[in-house]
Amino acid sequence: MRVTERPGWHAAITASTIFSLALLLFSPPGGAAEKENPRSGGELVFAVGETPPSYDGHRETTFAMLHPIAPHYSTLLRFDPQGYPKIIGDVAESWSASKDGLTYTFKIRKGVKFHDGSELTSKDVKATYDKIILPPQGVASARKAYYDMVDRIETPDIYTVVFHLKYPSASLLANLASPWNFIYKAEILEKDPRWYEKNIMGSGPFTFVEYVPGSHWVGKKNPNYFMKGRPYLDGYKAIFIRDTAPRVAAIRSGQALIEFRGFNPAAKEDIVKALGDKVVVQESPWICNLTVTINNEKKPFDDVRVRRALTLAIDRWEASKALSQISLMKYVGGLFRPGAGSQYATPEAELTKLAGFGKNIEAARKEARRLLKEAGVPEGFSFTLKNRNVREPYEVTGVFVIDQWRQIGLNVTHMPQEGGPYFNDFRQGNYETGIDFNCDFMDEPDYQLLKFLSSDKSPLNYARYKDSVLDDLYEKQGRATNAKERLKLLRQFEKRVLDEQAYQFHILWWQRIIPHWAKVKGWKITPSHYLNQDLREIWLAE
Amino acid sequence: MAGEADTTIEVLPAVSHIPRWLAVSLRFARQRPLGAAGAAIIIIMALAASLADVIAPFDPLKTDYARMFQPPGANHWFGTDAFGRDVLSRIIYGSRTALLVGFSSSFFSATLGAILGVGSAYFGGRTDLITQRLMDVLLSFPLIVLALAVVAILGSGIMNVILAITIPMIPRCALVVRSTALSLRRTPFVDAARALGFGHARIIFRHMLPNVMAPYLIMLTAFQGQAILLEASLSFLGLGVAEPTAAWGLMLRGAAVEFAERAPWMAIFPGVAISLSVFAFNLLGDSLRDALDPKLRVS
Amino acid sequence: MHQYILKRLLLMIPTLLGVAVLVFLMLRVAPGDIVELKYAGTGAFAPKEVLDQERAQLGLDKPLWHQFLSWMWGIVRFDFGNSMWTGRPITYEIWIRLELSLELALMATLVAVLLSIPLGTLAALKQDTWVDYFVRIFSIAGLSIPSFWLGIIIILGFLIFVKWLPPLTFTSFWVDPKANLTQLIWPALAVGYRYSAVATRMTRSAVLEVLREDYIRTARAKGLWERVVLTRHALKNALLPVITVIGLEFAFLIGGLVVTEQVFNLNGIGMLFVESITRRDYTMTQALVLLVSFSFIFVNFIVDLLYAWLDPRIRYQ
Repeated sequence: MRVTERPGWHAAITASTIFSLALLLFSPPGGAAEKENPRSGGELVFAVGETPPSYDGHRETTFAMLHPIAPHYSTLLRFDPQGYPKIIGDVAESWSASKDGLTYTFKIRKGVKFHDGSELTSKDVKATYDKIILPPQGVASARKAYYDMVDRIETPDIYTVVFHLKYPSASLLANLASPWNFIYKAEILEKDPRWYEKNIMGSGPFTFVEYVPGSHWVGKKNPNYFMKGRPYLDGYKAIFIRDTAPRVAAIRSGQALIEFRGFNPAAKEDIVKALGDKVVVQESPWICNLTVTINNEKKPFDDVRVRRALTLAIDRWEASKALSQISLMKYVGGLFRPGAGSQYATPEAELTKLAGFGKNIEAARKEARRLLKEAGVPEGFSFTLKNRNVREPYEVTGVFVIDQWRQIGLNVTHMPQEGGPYFNDFRQGNYETGIDFNCDFMDEPDYQLLKFLSSDKSPLNYARYKDSVLDDLYEKQGRATNAKERLKLLRQFEKRVLDEQAYQFHILWWQRIIPHWAKVKGWKITPSHYLNQDLREIWLAE
Repeated sequence: MAGEADTTIEVLPAVSHIPRWLAVSLRFARQRPLGAAGAAIIIIMALAASLADVIAPFDPLKTDYARMFQPPGANHWFGTDAFGRDVLSRIIYGSRTALLVGFSSSFFSATLGAILGVGSAYFGGRTDLITQRLMDVLLSFPLIVLALAVVAILGSGIMNVILAITIPMIPRCALVVRSTALSLRRTPFVDAARALGFGHARIIFRHMLPNVMAPYLIMLTAFQGQAILLEASLSFLGLGVAEPTAAWGLMLRGAAVEFAERAPWMAIFPGVAISLSVFAFNLLGDSLRDALDPKLRVS
Repeated sequence: MHQYILKRLLLMIPTLLGVAVLVFLMLRVAPGDIVELKYAGTGAFAPKEVLDQERAQLGLDKPLWHQFLSWMWGIVRFDFGNSMWTGRPITYEIWIRLELSLELALMATLVAVLLSIPLGTLAALKQDTWVDYFVRIFSIAGLSIPSFWLGIIIILGFLIFVKWLPPLTFTSFWVDPKANLTQLIWPALAVGYRYSAVATRMTRSAVLEVLREDYIRTARAKGLWERVVLTRHALKNALLPVITVIGLEFAFLIGGLVVTEQVFNLNGIGMLFVESITRRDYTMTQALVLLVSFSFIFVNFIVDLLYAWLDPRIRYQ
């Protein structure tokens, strides 16, 4: 199936031949794909709600970097765009693991070319992962900690990469499918490990055309992309629109055809009402949630009874009904995302047994009041709830939570803050209670539980407690090779965090809603706005 | 000409037995209907704010998820918002926030500005030069930019918002007052007071400040409107008053815009409330300026 | 005159230095820094060492006086450094946005001048008639309606009634004048209305003042011909304070359109300012504040020169 590309090759064959050839060879790989025949051509204009900081995927942590930039790059593995959470190869053609789970061998596709024409080999994959896992002095890697299991990477030949692990890991493959891990060119990294912060040189389906800071990002079809017939689009243009209202307006007016992060239900309704059958709405549960985090060092929150009272008072089922109409908040869930494609979520019957997740709110509130009284917290006790000054869904949820606590006689002051002071206060422990968030690119306990480890182990844990039981459970589940055994450990972890200790607790999981123009085809929603952003399968109907 | 009416000012109290303040107000109302209209709106606002507990039909904080987005009707005159809270009640309570922020920040900034302006004009020389340079520095920031910077340091919340609005407005008042005070400084009575050995404080507070009352009052009213507007902008950006406090700018934030089509009342009424109250203060300030500004008087 | 100009130019330096010190200190006092934000994104797992390493790279570990002096040293050499957020040169980041901001400010000024001078003059000439009242109400309303709200209403109106929206990305006037104007005319109107309100009021009171001068009164009494001549003369004198107001507002428009730019998604200086300050991008915020202050002070200076030129009575030592 390898087609060598020589200069003049295009000219030699007429356009129509190419087209029919393309159709013949690359008609969709069956199954989940669209029934219509994909059409090549056109420029996809999409909206992005933020602007990218640097261009380096290994160091950045925002979707605003991924959405415009991911189309320029390939990764080693990826999540199946049509069938999350299945993992498929990207530049890896195939892979195998040793029996002891300590060695993973990947075969790299032949003929994958960087945009400068050089071939992508195992050397580049190794250089990329070396940078992510063992960044040289002065180079930042945001997710280094997730690759602790990797001992070393070897390249026996130019098409083979071998990962040697220190211990077996349940999450290795998923971690190698991370959308952040763009494969960079070894030669460039060698010269300047920070080159990629300001430049683009990938092997993805689109090449870089221009970026006007704060305004828009343009990419053009990569004619030498390794997957023949892809991408369908001639190019794309990402336009940056920070405010929600003009972002919604952009879709309504057709100035942008899609926005990949997600809109709230109100915006969706407006768009659907205005555009009718010109739009299609895709919805999915989202691997994002809001958490009430509690400063366990401050009195009276060092008392587990008080913390339990706080979680008991929140009627999550009511919240789900009410907030899902006006905000991104929707699904009641424990430490793992509920809904399709999630193997770890606690079933409802079991979940309702945890404090604050039950369906009898009257009883829960009564119990909460009793606990507060027992702990010596007076009626009308005042404290503050720090929050991020982002309307959706933070402030909306803040208002809800405060109202819930008011109903057990607590008087809470809402303090929304800008990002800077917000994170600063959380890190310094300069707060009583607060609304915290978490978003991951995949359902993976290694990620979702990190926030709950002892605060000296996890910089994401702002609740300032230490609990070696949780740390032990975390380590055990990560190395468990048996799925059933792992699930059991996860349940123990969850019960301890949410119920027994109520250190900090989730409120709701988010809903991801993408209303897009119907002519945008070939894109399927996933539970994460970080995934499936290379645009290679997208095409535009007439 | 407008100024000519002022000549009656000494005559009125003599021929009438009604109290002087009322007479003045009535004359003001007759001469300047726009100003009077502004004053009337302000009085209504002040009444609404002080009697909010009595006249507001609902608790402004009471969420009711069964009644989200109710259109205006018999029960909820201005409809309900995304949390099912009564918009009318929130507007009524919002007038408290607006007046509190408007009044405190304009009072503090006009007063501090007046003292600074008079002081710097009175002492002159190096004091004046240094104050002027400092004022120049503050004046070279746009109002909203400086307010944003102050909020960034102090964080949001009603007290910080008042401070954030007060600080950038001080030099603006000081500038105006100083120019009036400068001409006062050169008048014989100040020299006489100094010759008599009066202390600086006494001269400033007893002789000069009362004479800059006109620009002070004009600033006081004009700043009210500006402050309300600024508070609305800050709250709209999420840097002002925090939910669930009722505040007009906050009511326009987020949901009001996002739901503007389905629930236009959420975007319209608070916007009208802001505009109307600022309008009232500006009308009054404008009329006061006409009435009090000596430059526009016929000598 | 030359001496006066030189003196005024030199006087700018202490003011700008004051602005620099003020903004520098304000930013460092504000809680939270850019590094906190950079690694606060989702899935980031950044222990303190990583944050500190990043701080060292940005020079935030140095003592304050060192940071300040090296910033000043850069400015002297016209080197404003790099944005802490994007790593790109600040001059480049600002340059990209300056065209939009300048153009919008110019257009809003045009709107304001076209509205305010005729309206203000008319109101003064017809003082205390219904024309005057109408103009005053119109202009006071302009000062009272929050321009972000007006912007929201304009956008909604377009969406609902015309099913159209002005372009959301900026096209240079030189590339495509039509696309450029269809994007900027609406914010220019929304901002220009408020702006014109300020100028109308100033025009009205300035014309009123001039009309009360003795020579004008005499002229008006004498008859039409002289009246026309002198009204023209009057207008010229009345223009001075109006020019001041217009000039100062213009300077503020360059950096002060903080909210309007958000509503219309304009990639201008105001939006950059809000983003930089919320991200605690020190270098960028400092440069922007200096830019805005400088343009304000500079416009002030130009206005003063215009005064001297337009009004021969004013003489400078």
